[in-house]
Amino acid sequence: MALLIAVALVCAVAASLAIGAAQIPLRTVWEALTSYDATNPEHIAVVEKRIPRTVVGVVVGAALGLAGTVAQGVTRNPLADLGILGINQGAALGVVSGIILVGATAPAQYMWFGVVGAGAATILVWFLASRGREGATPVKLALAGAAIAASFSSVVSGILISDDQALDSMRFWQVGSLAGRGYDVLFPALPLFVVGGVLALAVGRSLNLLALGDDTAHGLGLNTGRARVLSGVVIAVLGGAATAVAGPIAFLGLVVPHAVRAFAGPDYRWILAFSAPVAAVVILVSDVLARVVARPGELQVGIVLAVIGAPVFIAIIRRGKAATL
Amino acid sequence: MTSPHNATTRSLVAENVTLGYDGRTIVENLSLDVPAGKITVLVGPNACGKSTLLKGYSRLLAPTSGAVLLDGADINSLPSTQVARQLGLLPQTPIAPDSITVSDLVSRGRYPHQSWLRRSTAQDDQIVDDSLAAAGVLALAGRRVDELSGGQRQRVWIAMALAQQTDVLLLDEPTTYLDIAYQLEVLDLLMDLNRTRGTTIVMVLHELSLACRYADHLVAMHAGRIVAAGTPSDVVTADLVREVFGVEALVVPDAIAGTPSVVPFSRHHRPVAGQ
Repeated sequence: MALLIAVALVCAVAASLAIGAAQIPLRTVWEALTSYDATNPEHIAVVEKRIPRTVVGVVVGAALGLAGTVAQGVTRNPLADLGILGINQGAALGVVSGIILVGATAPAQYMWFGVVGAGAATILVWFLASRGREGATPVKLALAGAAIAASFSSVVSGILISDDQALDSMRFWQVGSLAGRGYDVLFPALPLFVVGGVLALAVGRSLNLLALGDDTAHGLGLNTGRARVLSGVVIAVLGGAATAVAGPIAFLGLVVPHAVRAFAGPDYRWILAFSAPVAAVVILVSDVLARVVARPGELQVGIVLAVIGAPVFIAIIRRGKAATL
Repeated sequence: MTSPHNATTRSLVAENVTLGYDGRTIVENLSLDVPAGKITVLVGPNACGKSTLLKGYSRLLAPTSGAVLLDGADINSLPSTQVARQLGLLPQTPIAPDSITVSDLVSRGRYPHQSWLRRSTAQDDQIVDDSLAAAGVLALAGRRVDELSGGQRQRVWIAMALAQQTDVLLLDEPTTYLDIAYQLEVLDLLMDLNRTRGTTIVMVLHELSLACRYADHLVAMHAGRIVAAGTPSDVVTADLVREVFGVEALVVPDAIAGTPSVVPFSRHHRPVAGQ
């Protein structure tokens, strides 16, 4: 299975480099990589545009796959993802605030506001869900997330309606996209992706115990509070950074863990290890589709993923896989 | 078979504990020594505090005053994994992840013995197999937990607790939702464990006559305090059943085990006058 995923990833990367507004033969792509000719426009397109876009896709996809898996594991809610937990909306509110308050225009500027917004949303959801006798139960986390998501997005809409300039900057950010996202956006966020990725792999053991219920996890010696906080940090860091770089991308973090679970089983250490590359494949393939379905223009990858993801989401619920986790 | 060490010397003591939720006190100023190497059964009406007391013993709930001492040390200040190597817990409603296999579930009982540096070893696998065999579910090792019957599933959870290799095992109503055959099966398994390994067992049970059969030490609770504690034949009398449960009953010797057996009266079923 690992080999199959590796092959799929290589193919997806190759497609992402070769297919676009202009088809570039794989041989030319190879030449651009090995013997770069600065006067060849196809070489320039590959190196200047498609490689950065592909790298961003791999990193953002992997981050969303990991964040979605951790979100489902820590809430024991098979429908949890960054949208349901309010993380996307937190990042959106952060970006809008950045645009209005300090006039941030470039992604590299408002990215940090997105990360802070995602972190704030995570803390707020956690705080709300922790009230009461049982603490932050899966159901309360999902409810608090939905409440925060709804209130944050109405604030964002309110600001955008009354501020033309913010609306213009946000227009390209509101739907997730890999277009025009290069190293200038990716590099500042790279430490976040690395830290978040390492932490995500480290919480796998804890998620395995949380899956048995809080009491059993506690009985087996897991500090459940600490495990939840660590998972929250992973979700905020990876989700916030990915959303800030590419905009809110729905369904990826929701659907990928389910697909992986189907062949990797219920051990979160394996689900996490496979979710990252599988999510990268899915986002690259979706991005390639986004470039070819509306030629000569292109769609945004967030739209393609929503179109693909919504039916898959419904199928998951109808098959009853979502009943328990 | 891998046997725990010091099985009979491990002490678990509640000292003047007060336990409750959100400022509502359920158990107040209660002290109880759990006899090492014995089976202790907590009985009492709903909401009498027996499950709350068990939560206190298993550190799911920290006392607002007093302390639970494991070998003399406050259980809530010991490192969580250290406690988990000495004290196992089977909650009332554990959750089995979708499509998990029996052996995968049982191997999660090894968690407190592993760390980032020391992962699953051949020894762990051996202990998991031993635990599966001891609980009588070795033949089910490759099956999915969600395909099993209630009784099989409960034995799998007990196998997971065995893999944890603790000297003390706490169980909250391990026979709830099981039919009579499975209830006996689970209780016999726990008794085997106690008699062959010396594991100290503390459990909450509802069925009084079964509790009397299996308990070495019976603790009757009412309204957050202990009404009586001792051997079942010392504790369970018609007066106690009236005081604790508010039910009139005949207490007669169990024809098989000789322990007290409780035959309750009810509105439609009372002794005929003069009997």
